[in-house]
Amino acid sequence: MMRIDADGKYFRQLNEEVRAADDTEITIDRCNGQRYIGAGMSGKSLLIHGVPGNALGCYLNGGNIRVKGNAQDQTGDTMNAGAIVVEGSSGDATGYAMRGGKIFVKGNAGYRVGIHMKAYREQQPLIVVGGKTGSFLGEYQAGGTIIVLGLNGTGAPMGNLCCAGMHGGRMFVRCEELPKDLPAQVNTKVASPEDMASIDGYLDDFCRTFGISKEEVLSKKFHLITPNTKNPYKALYTFN
Amino acid sequence: MQYEGQMRIPSGCAISGIFSRSGKKFSGDAVVRSIAPMHDRSNGLGGGFAAYGIYPKQKDLYAFHVFFDSVRAKEECERIISSCFDISVSEKIPTRKVPQITDEPAVWRYFGLPYAKQLEDTGLDEREFVARFVMKVNTQVRGAYVFSSGKNMGVFKAVGFPEDVGRFYRLEEYEGYCWTAHGRYPTNTPGWWGGAHPFALLDYSIVHNGEISSYDANRRFIEMFGYNCTLLTDTEVITYIIDYLNRRQHLSLKEVADVIAAPFWSQIEAMPEEERRRYTYLRNIYSSLLITGPFSILLGYTGGMMALNDRCKLRSMVVGEKGDTVYVASEECAIRAVQPDLDRLWSPQGGEPVIVTLNKGVQV
Repeated sequence: MMRIDADGKYFRQLNEEVRAADDTEITIDRCNGQRYIGAGMSGKSLLIHGVPGNALGCYLNGGNIRVKGNAQDQTGDTMNAGAIVVEGSSGDATGYAMRGGKIFVKGNAGYRVGIHMKAYREQQPLIVVGGKTGSFLGEYQAGGTIIVLGLNGTGAPMGNLCCAGMHGGRMFVRCEELPKDLPAQVNTKVASPEDMASIDGYLDDFCRTFGISKEEVLSKKFHLITPNTKNPYKALYTFN
Repeated sequence: MQYEGQMRIPSGCAISGIFSRSGKKFSGDAVVRSIAPMHDRSNGLGGGFAAYGIYPKQKDLYAFHVFFDSVRAKEECERIISSCFDISVSEKIPTRKVPQITDEPAVWRYFGLPYAKQLEDTGLDEREFVARFVMKVNTQVRGAYVFSSGKNMGVFKAVGFPEDVGRFYRLEEYEGYCWTAHGRYPTNTPGWWGGAHPFALLDYSIVHNGEISSYDANRRFIEMFGYNCTLLTDTEVITYIIDYLNRRQHLSLKEVADVIAAPFWSQIEAMPEEERRRYTYLRNIYSSLLITGPFSILLGYTGGMMALNDRCKLRSMVVGEKGDTVYVASEECAIRAVQPDLDRLWSPQGGEPVIVTLNKGVQV
């Protein structure tokens, strides 16, 4: 396994070293704010100590990234395949325009998680957040699955005005009651056993990744949010 | 060359601030190290700092920091200053030669108080007198720009990356209990020093990351109250709005935040009766001072600092705490660069102000 000391290193040099490495297992030490780590990467695994900068794993194309601490904004921006695992929390726009692969965040995630994530046939992106998220969760979501577990608190584990513009995909939220300010263009219901079965493998994977008890995860009910196809976004800005 | 005010400049940017609640003073070196990892949020066209508690020997005097483009501008400005103020110190601000910082104007500072007789004749309170003097120089003296005008505080700014600007102004030689910093990323700029952040009036200073879309509505309103938005940059108008609401209208900073980053009407309607009435009142009275579009700002003032995001949180901001020290930055890495070991780290909600003040009884 290769080790790279990122202390004081400019992002371009750090990313070149990652790309040039023959080793497929790379540990980055003392990372602090370097952007675009693992951009477009496939066939390699990164373990990051410290705080990676914005757009971690952007365009990730099959590689694996594990962060021992927190990640900043735009984690997994437009990622296509692979996995990003954050043991701390992640910032705003986590999974921004994501189109495949998975992002697991053990702690909280910021505003606009999963904004504009999309899916196509076998490309089915997944975001699981163990804690809570900020406002505008799933804004313009067009496909894929977002799961928010709220393991660290009570109440709905999300901020205001979530699912605004959501028109595809699905969202599972573990809580007693969903916020009241969800738009009229989505349907909500308590997840059925069939719904839960469809994410059972995801939850297994998440719990295994962080050593979380699945029993605890399943101890509360889940709500399922999907776009309401009978009430689509139309004539919102214009009259035609 | 076009100056700011002749063209509009949208900007990106990085901000960072460090505040010691116990009033412990530390050198400018820390905040320079903090903003450095966010290098790529700026593009070298503006960097600056505000520091509080740095002039303890002249703490009761106004400290004016002024840029001069020409000898004529300096003479003209000094004529006005010395006719209104009893100036006890006038000197060049110490700088060091840094290859990255070029085309510097003359940078001077003056310490003084308004002449008692003059002040009495105008019938203004002292701070209003000083604010009007600053407006007068900045609008009437071509080539002179007062960019700092508070007591026991100072703004230091230039065209360049913030790390270089910090070295240029020898900030490691100053000690303050609060420092804020800015790295600027204008997409199109004539690169004038006055256009760098912080923007300051009296002891209020603002560093700002964002691009407000309500600029013109805000400007039209604030110009009715004697402010002149000469630079066409959104940060200038934010500074005047805060001065107007806090100093002149006596709103608390929480109320200022509730005006400029007001909740949506739909959220106000869902509030309990008393809160709903309060927010409705503020939104009705000051509807033209709602700031829309992305922003994260750090407001410095004597004895405190406020961090605030726009209500949609279209810019990032994190807050860290270690003992009595509070850190705020656009990115976590900026905080970890100076304090890897934090007691607490969180991201405030959009529109939720974080206000930190000196502990009770602390003298600076």
